[in-house]
Amino acid sequence: MPDHALALDMSDSAAELERWAGVAISTAVMAYGLSRRSVPGVVLAAAAAPLAYRSLTGEWPGLGNGLAHADTRVALSRSRGIHVRETVRLERPRAEVYAFWRRLENLPQFMEHLQSVTELGGGRSQWVATGPADAPVTWDAEIVNEIEGEVIAWKSIAGSDIATAGSVRFSPARQGRSTQVSVHLQYAAPGGRVGRLLALVFGRDPAHMVREDLRRLKQLLEAGEIPRATRGADA
Amino acid sequence: MKAVCYYGKEDIRVETVPDPAILNPRDAIIRVTATAICGSDLHIYGGYIPTMEKGDVLGHEFMGEVVEVGRENTKLKLGDRVVVPFTIACGHCYFCKEQLWSLCDNSNPNAWMAEQVYGYSGSGLFGYSHMYGGYPGGQAEYARVPFADVGPLRVPDSLTDEQVLFLSDIFPTGYMAAENCQITPGDTVAVWGCGPVGQFAIQSAFLLGAERVIAIDRFPERLSLAASFSKAEVLDYESVDVPDALREMTGGQGPDACIDAVGLESHGTTLDAWYDRAKTSLYLATDRPHALRQAIGACRKGGTVSIPGVYGGWLDKFPLGAAFAKGLTLKMGQTHMHRYMPRLLQHIERGDIDPSFIITHRVTLDDAPEMYRTFREKEDACVKVVMRPAAA
Repeated sequence: MPDHALALDMSDSAAELERWAGVAISTAVMAYGLSRRSVPGVVLAAAAAPLAYRSLTGEWPGLGNGLAHADTRVALSRSRGIHVRETVRLERPRAEVYAFWRRLENLPQFMEHLQSVTELGGGRSQWVATGPADAPVTWDAEIVNEIEGEVIAWKSIAGSDIATAGSVRFSPARQGRSTQVSVHLQYAAPGGRVGRLLALVFGRDPAHMVREDLRRLKQLLEAGEIPRATRGADA
Repeated sequence: MKAVCYYGKEDIRVETVPDPAILNPRDAIIRVTATAICGSDLHIYGGYIPTMEKGDVLGHEFMGEVVEVGRENTKLKLGDRVVVPFTIACGHCYFCKEQLWSLCDNSNPNAWMAEQVYGYSGSGLFGYSHMYGGYPGGQAEYARVPFADVGPLRVPDSLTDEQVLFLSDIFPTGYMAAENCQITPGDTVAVWGCGPVGQFAIQSAFLLGAERVIAIDRFPERLSLAASFSKAEVLDYESVDVPDALREMTGGQGPDACIDAVGLESHGTTLDAWYDRAKTSLYLATDRPHALRQAIGACRKGGTVSIPGVYGGWLDKFPLGAAFAKGLTLKMGQTHMHRYMPRLLQHIERGDIDPSFIITHRVTLDDAPEMYRTFREKEDACVKVVMRPAAA
């Protein structure tokens, strides 16, 4: 269960335990609900989403401020929230992979839909993606959890066009010779203006998109370049 | 530049296409001095390879002179004379580090396509479909070589193009097929298919210590090449019952190892071969594994069946029960080119083998459409076609 690290609260082991349990329970309920492939199953999964959200971010969705639908936590807490989990293993030391990712300006090098990420300081950053008709879509995000060398978790800031949250975990593999990078991305599904934008930004198959992004990360860090080919006849 | 392009099943054209350019820092551009048609190109010609597109430049056996290098490529210099391996490898992923070069993780830009069919993708290949990267091939005047600081092998001027060209695929492929047989002194190896890979497998089996090699085919010129140049005992499967003959020649024990150098378009005269033909023609099966079935049936208990022949899909009536009952080892896969090229160049330099013995046709790029047909039909005693773009 790679996500447990998202909930790690270094200063409070009781809270840590609670979050572990929260992640485990909510994930199990959501997995069971979704596996039913039925309306009650989806409702069950949706019902568990707020607990998952609290466990991942440490806050209950929709509480804490007055913002309504523009709030990331609200947008992601309903059945509209989509989860993508992808993982890749690469032959580079964990510290190097973490450092590359933590410098958020690097992300557009392998995340195809991103134009730029600018760090604003204080854990905040501005993200620009390619939207409809190549028009840029912009949102701000903040890092909500970070453990040096192990985990980075972020969410979009309330009021952004895009409601998204995610985490990336770096774990050692093969006796430390390799690093396993596990990404958990969450965002609101199609519906409304936000949904339309998201569908265009993230593509129709978000799992495929994230998998290809991670493949490019691996290619970039292992081989130093991302392989390309052009056809002879129309190069 | 001029290039040999795929336009559909049995439709090969020589077209003028844009010259290749450096796209990535580790690239090189090669001016092709010699290139060959491979038996596996005939699978493309026959329409068996999915994800080919009109206009794709063919060819994965080529060599030439380095005319341009990317900024990160510090290994190659302009003017270097190199042979290019047909598999593209990054040199830094888990598989490259483990010497499993043809399984490189980072060289196929379309890995997701292969993953949908096979679960995981092998390395990118030159001129061999978009599922394997969509890289333009080497049957052209120029070719772009990705990760060129890892793949291309410099060759000495004392050797001719014809002596070293087959380091690009078929010599290492035949060699790996023989190495996979785990030959010990005194062993007998049977080889199905006396095409170029089969010929190199025979010679490599002897290089690796086999006492006897028995070669199986039906074309007189290929059988005589196997007998005269490669020193194999030969069987014409149209005139003898191969399993019976192999049993008799090995004192009832069977060959210690069997090599299927035929692949997915196997021809045969037995009932199962006609059954395969009927099913593939109705699109009810993808491959025709007649030679492989026979190899598994003939191999001695505890022996090895080595498969350099190409397979692409789902095999019908595959005798896994026989393989299990006899405790066989099956070894297969695309050749780990980079592992073998330097040592095989040494064999050529020492005169242990002169790979040019298989060449039957020397032509220009313009002759490619006709030569694909000639090679496929095995007309004019065609065994191996070499094209010289510079002479065109």
